[in-house]
Amino acid sequence: MSAMLSIRDLRKTYEGGFQALKGVTLEIEQGEIIALLGPNGAGKTTLISTICGITTPTAGEVTVGGHDILRDFRAARGLIGLVPQEIALEPFERVLNTVRFSRGLFGHRRDEALIERILRRLSLWDKKDAQVKELSGGMKRRVLIAKALAHEPRVLFLDEPTAGVDVELRKDMWDIVAELKADGVTIILTTHYIEEAEAIADRIGVINRGELLLVEQTSALMSRLGKKQIEVQLSAAISAIPPTLARPGLSLAGEGDVLVFEYDTQAERIGLTGLLNAIAAAGLVLRDVNTRQSSLEEIFVDLVSEETP
Amino acid sequence: MNWGAIAAIYRFEMARFFRTMLQSFLSPVLSTSLYFVVFGTAIGSRIEQVEGIGYGGFIVPGLIMLSVITQSISNASFGIYFPKFIGTIYELLSAPVNFLEIVLGYVGAAATKALFVGTVILCTAALFVDFQIAHPLAMVAFLLLTCLSFALLGFIIGIWAGNFEQLQLVPLLIVTPLVFLGGSFYSITMLPPVWQTITLFNPVVYLISGFRWSFFDTADVPVGLSLLAIGGFTFLCLAVIWWIFRTGWRIRS
Repeated sequence: MSAMLSIRDLRKTYEGGFQALKGVTLEIEQGEIIALLGPNGAGKTTLISTICGITTPTAGEVTVGGHDILRDFRAARGLIGLVPQEIALEPFERVLNTVRFSRGLFGHRRDEALIERILRRLSLWDKKDAQVKELSGGMKRRVLIAKALAHEPRVLFLDEPTAGVDVELRKDMWDIVAELKADGVTIILTTHYIEEAEAIADRIGVINRGELLLVEQTSALMSRLGKKQIEVQLSAAISAIPPTLARPGLSLAGEGDVLVFEYDTQAERIGLTGLLNAIAAAGLVLRDVNTRQSSLEEIFVDLVSEETP
Repeated sequence: MNWGAIAAIYRFEMARFFRTMLQSFLSPVLSTSLYFVVFGTAIGSRIEQVEGIGYGGFIVPGLIMLSVITQSISNASFGIYFPKFIGTIYELLSAPVNFLEIVLGYVGAAATKALFVGTVILCTAALFVDFQIAHPLAMVAFLLLTCLSFALLGFIIGIWAGNFEQLQLVPLLIVTPLVFLGGSFYSITMLPPVWQTITLFNPVVYLISGFRWSFFDTADVPVGLSLLAIGGFTFLCLAVIWWIFRTGWRIRS
């Protein structure tokens, strides 16, 4: 696979000196889905805006499909589709016309069959003659997606695509993203919904204060940073952890009838066998055992809080 | 050149015009009729002739210029300001288009709308007064150049404006006075000598004079000078727009 999007030491300093991007470097392969996570103001939207041509970079280099976004902007932008965070649509225009406009803007000939396919896929075909202002918020977001897809982009940026939409559309969005990936479209999405990133992204990038803290395969990130918990339910409550059981990561929960042991899945010696043996030796009777892996959200909060002074 | 993008922007802007077709058509017809009732009939009946032309006919070129200049500016300024206001400008900025293509789309549509209004006024005027067009080709050329140059100015205003108040400010405080004081309803030879000299600093004088020449073969200033003025103004606006897109002033952060 070749890098579809290559970002090298990208910097953006706004007038007034605010550094929104502090040297971001990232390579994204063709057909890959990457999710960028970060708190508000982390630089996610600035990164997307800079790549798409809405914001001018202060320094660094970005190529899309091998085309430099400044020197060869036509070829680079021609490959990109953008679904912005804010719902920005001409309110009095009809759905069909606004999608046609987007295709025309990229210099493509009219293709009514394609536009019908896109509108049907997004459940918008029935609304094709409706004025945008008549649509619900969720429908408007679908229109934004239709507009971004109208010129058949090879790289799709989804900036908070499911913010404020219902569960049905979110699920639908995930399906569309999966279909686009199957067609070889490279997708970069920013999201606040961490389960979204976990569910659909191949890789996850965490960005904070204009810096990319890490980029890793979603599964690798989960196993590398993911902590697991084992919850041991006892048949009878105890007032304190017996001295023979005491060890780092072990705590008593519930009403004294649950032992919670937090362990690192990547550690050389996890200590699970020792713990279970010690529980048996202490004469405690088990009623149930559960394990739970920390979510990406917890990983993300940990990472960002480590960065915050 | 991304001709598809130019056509898309042009069509999109014209669709806005067609959505309000009745207003686009009725408004100039009504305002022109009122001007003719007030200036042509009520006041004009007391003014016999200006430079050998009946007053009713004399004001026709000025009336057309007044509306065409106002329409060009308002259509072009609104056309580019509205996407900025509602946020859809992102689509233009992220599309494979350069400044010339964006300008051609927006300014072309605004100029077309103004040309339509100018034509409607010309036809309405023909219902009230008799007049002839001495130089039809020159008339069309002046009309086109005026639509184009003031649409360019409108585009600059639309980019500059930070709110709707500012969008109205330049047309209201600068352009309308310049057009009214530019000889729309009188010949500048009717002014005292000092004011004649001062008036020559008003660029609109050259437009109206040249346009009136194309109708009646008589002008306040030489026709060549009128053409030079409108050509220079168009070039100046283009240069400013080129600078805006090169620096991203007020459009690209």
